[in-house]
Formats: sequence, structure tokens, C-alpha cells
Amino acid sequence: MCGIVGLMVKSAGDRGSLGPLMAPMFDCMADRGPDSAGLAVFGAAVDAPLRRFSLFVPDDAFDWPKLLDAFRRQTGQQAELNAAINHAVLVSAIEPAALRNWLAECDPSPHLLSVGRHIDVYKDMGHPSDISRRYGFASMSGTHCVGHTRMATESAVSPAHAHPFTAGENFCLVHNGSLSNPYMLRRKLESHGLHFETDNDTEAACRFIEWRMQQGQSLDEALQTAFKELDGFYTLLIATENQLTLVRDAFACKPAVVAETDQYVAISSEFRSLAHLPDVANANIFEPLPEEIYSWKL
Amino acid sequence: METVSGAAVITADGSGVELDLARMSVRELNQYLHSELPRSGVRHVSILHPNGMHSLAVGLDADVDVDILGHAGYFIAGMNKQARVTIHGSVGWSVAENIMSGVVRVKGNASECAAASGHGGLVIVEGNASSRCGISMKGCDIVVGGSVGHVSAFMAQAGRLVVCGDAGAGLGDSLYEAVIYVRGKIHGLGADAREEPLTDADTAGLSELLGRAGFGYSPSEFKRIGSARSLYHWNSEANQHY
Repeated sequence: MCGIVGLMVKSAGDRGSLGPLMAPMFDCMADRGPDSAGLAVFGAAVDAPLRRFSLFVPDDAFDWPKLLDAFRRQTGQQAELNAAINHAVLVSAIEPAALRNWLAECDPSPHLLSVGRHIDVYKDMGHPSDISRRYGFASMSGTHCVGHTRMATESAVSPAHAHPFTAGENFCLVHNGSLSNPYMLRRKLESHGLHFETDNDTEAACRFIEWRMQQGQSLDEALQTAFKELDGFYTLLIATENQLTLVRDAFACKPAVVAETDQYVAISSEFRSLAHLPDVANANIFEPLPEEIYSWKL
Repeated sequence: METVSGAAVITADGSGVELDLARMSVRELNQYLHSELPRSGVRHVSILHPNGMHSLAVGLDADVDVDILGHAGYFIAGMNKQARVTIHGSVGWSVAENIMSGVVRVKGNASECAAASGHGGLVIVEGNASSRCGISMKGCDIVVGGSVGHVSAFMAQAGRLVVCGDAGAGLGDSLYEAVIYVRGKIHGLGADAREEPLTDADTAGLSELLGRAGFGYSPSEFKRIGSARSLYHWNSEANQHY
């Protein structure tokens, strides 16, 4: 069992409500996944050629200013860095591949959680409510977000195994369920030169769908391919820079419920985590059908 | 007015009680319904602020009306005996699972496995019910005002499932002696389920059930689905193809 949540606020003037509305959804779904958790938040783009890079080091006392200083000296690139304990968001014009190479030379080597002009990612081990408090989820603003509370069933509990998983830029995915053919997908993708960071089944789904998009498919087309190729149980919630997309497998035995009003679209594993939302009594509330693609765009 | 169990408020004439889940836990609610309620003379219970919570009003065994005022979560009114439970909203998984008797009415929609394994009584979903509605039902009656999802009445052993809307794929897969009536489109029958002619007994039974559920459809609008009973005995020549 795991919990998934997603929220998109529709009005540009309402971006500040994203965190306050989402944090109770996230806390409530802690019951479904108490071992680790994560959140991806999408906001206004930084100006090109800048990108946002979410970094993680498993050390609460990590010296982020020292890392920033070394980055500036060794790469010759300008950068800003906002640190939150063991996470930091680096904003720089450095190319992602160059940053990866530079991070690999660091000791310790920070994990690169996400890349993109819109996305920040936080994920760690521990109770989801503690994680939400640590990184201040309730005070975050933005356009949309996806969160996940994990009860691990198929691979280790670690920050890297927590969701959301990311691939490419401004693309992330959370998953409730389990896949039976992640290694088959993985071998296929590795033969095309893709690199995996964990042995987690969701990472295989995430990289598979993003790879199909790299190959020229739209997200909807990539998901139609995924319906044929992914074997197992899944409710998947995907976010890109301008949309949220929700799908369930053919058996639809992993839950999801959607509540939509003029103000927001909220998605959760269970209605009880949506019960606090404003005007939810008058929301359009529905359960997604199997193998139907539901998307909401900014 | 007097207060019992911390947050239960009994009305002036003693016949009704309000239980507010903003002020009491689900465990306190169910303990009250199991232990104090049957002795109290209370005949009507209102449950306030359900907010999608799970396991409300499970295991009731009392001649009482219960109104749940809002959307509720999983396993609502499970194992019900005697009580008439109405949910004024939608419910999550497995409403009225293993119902023994009484009536459970959902004014909104129900998620999957509604009335799963129900032995007796009547379950009414005024909106749609999701997949696996009436899975393994063992004698209860179910009336769904809207449509049901895939693999409804899977391995249903006894009882009646009435669907006023459409039915999803795999309807009545591996059906035993339960009977299904569908008014709308059937998106596919499961293994061993087949359409059969409506009998006079079907018409009379449907009329009575639709009347109790409060739907004004004519029994003649419905198709009857029953078991072909070809799975009852192992067929070694079928080569696993059914």
C-alpha cells in the first residue's frame, strides 16, 4: 500500500494556496505509507538558460555554502542555492550533463533528484508528516504538485527509493501498486543506453514513459504504449511543467479519487485526504476508470 | 439533552442521537453503536462529519435507522444486521461487505466491491457502483440506480444484482446461482454467464425490489443474466478454454 496525492491550482493568483491545501492531504495519506515520502512542486519557470537542480545529501549537517563555493570556482558558472537541511535547489545555467559530471567528482557526491526550469523535488525516509514539516510543504507555493507516501513492498527503503521518480526534465511520476516486469523494461531501456539509479519498479515505469516521449510520442501515446508494456498493478500520477495526468491499470485495484472545482483539481488515494478542501462538498468527485487517461493542463 | 460517550447527544424525547466524528473517534462511535445503543431505546442515529473516514457503523445488530451525513470511506456498514443505514454521500471500497440483513442505502456513488460477500438484506446504490460490485455475494439483494464497473457479481453464489444502468466487462464471471438483471448495455459477459429469458417470477421479484429501492423502471426493461453452469464440473476436454 502507498498513498498518492496531487493538486493543481487553476488561478494564477492562487499559487500561494498550493502548499496550505496540499500539506493536509499529504499528512492524511501518511497512514498508507509511513516509511518514506516525497513531493515534487512545479512553479513559475526560471529564465532560460537557467535550470533548477534539486540536490540531496544524506547528511543533515551538510555544508551547502561550501558546495556552492566549490561549484562556482570549479565550473566557472554562476549559481544560486537554497538549502533546506539535507536538500538544496541549485539554480544555474550549467548543462545537466556537465552538472552530473561535476557532482560525480564531489565527496560526498550529492544525488541529483530533478532537473528542469519548473520542478523541485524533496524526498526522504521517515514519517511523511515529519518530512512535510522538515521541508515546510505547508508554506510552498506553485502551480501543481504530486506527492507520495510509501509502504515499501518490492525494494529497499531509502531516500533514493522514495517517490517521486524523475527522468529527463520537468517530468516526474508517483505510483501506487507494483509491477511484475520492471526488470524486463529495465533491460530494454539499458540496451538503449538509459541509466538507472535504483532497483525500484517505479523507476522503470518512469524512465520507460519518459523515454517514449524522448522518442517522439506524446504523453498520451506513451501511456497507451505503457498500458501494453507495463505488467502489474498501478495508479500512476504524472506531472510535467504544465499538466497532471492520472491513469489506472486495467484491473483498477489500486485506488484513486479526483475532486475538481473551479479553483483546483485534487487527486488522492482516498477521499478522506480531500475532505478539508474548500467547497469540496460541491466538487465534481469521481473515480478514474481503468486504462483511461485523465489530464489537467494549466 | 444529555451527553453520552463523550460526544453523543440524545434528543429531548430520547428516541434519537447525534454522534459527531469531529468530537469522537471512529472506535468510540462503533463502541457506542455496539454496546450502548441496543440497550438505550434510541431508534435513530445521525453521524456527523464522516469526512471520508473508514469503518463507520460496522457490525450493527439493532433495529435502528442510521444516517451518515456526508461522504464516507471504506467498509461502511459492513456485516450489518437489522439496521437501516443511509449514507448521504458517496462511499469508498466495500460498503456493506458481508451484510447479513437490514438495508444499506448509498445516496451517491460506491467504489469497488460494494456488498461483497453479502449474505442477506438489501443494498441500494442510487448512483454508480464501481468494479466488482456484488463479488461473491451469497444471498443479499443489490440495486444500483446507475452503472456497475467491470467483473461485477464475480463468483456470485446467491441473491440478486439489479443494475438500472450499464454493466462493465466480465459481468457475472464464474457465476453460481445468483441472478443479475441489467437494464442498460452490457459491455461483456464473463465466463459461464449467459442471458436468459425473464420469467414471471423474475418480473414479480424485480418489481418488488425496484419498488423498495425507489426506482420507477418497468421490470420488462431488464435482461436476465444467469449461470450456464458449465463450470460446475471439471471438463478435462476443455483444455483450459472456457
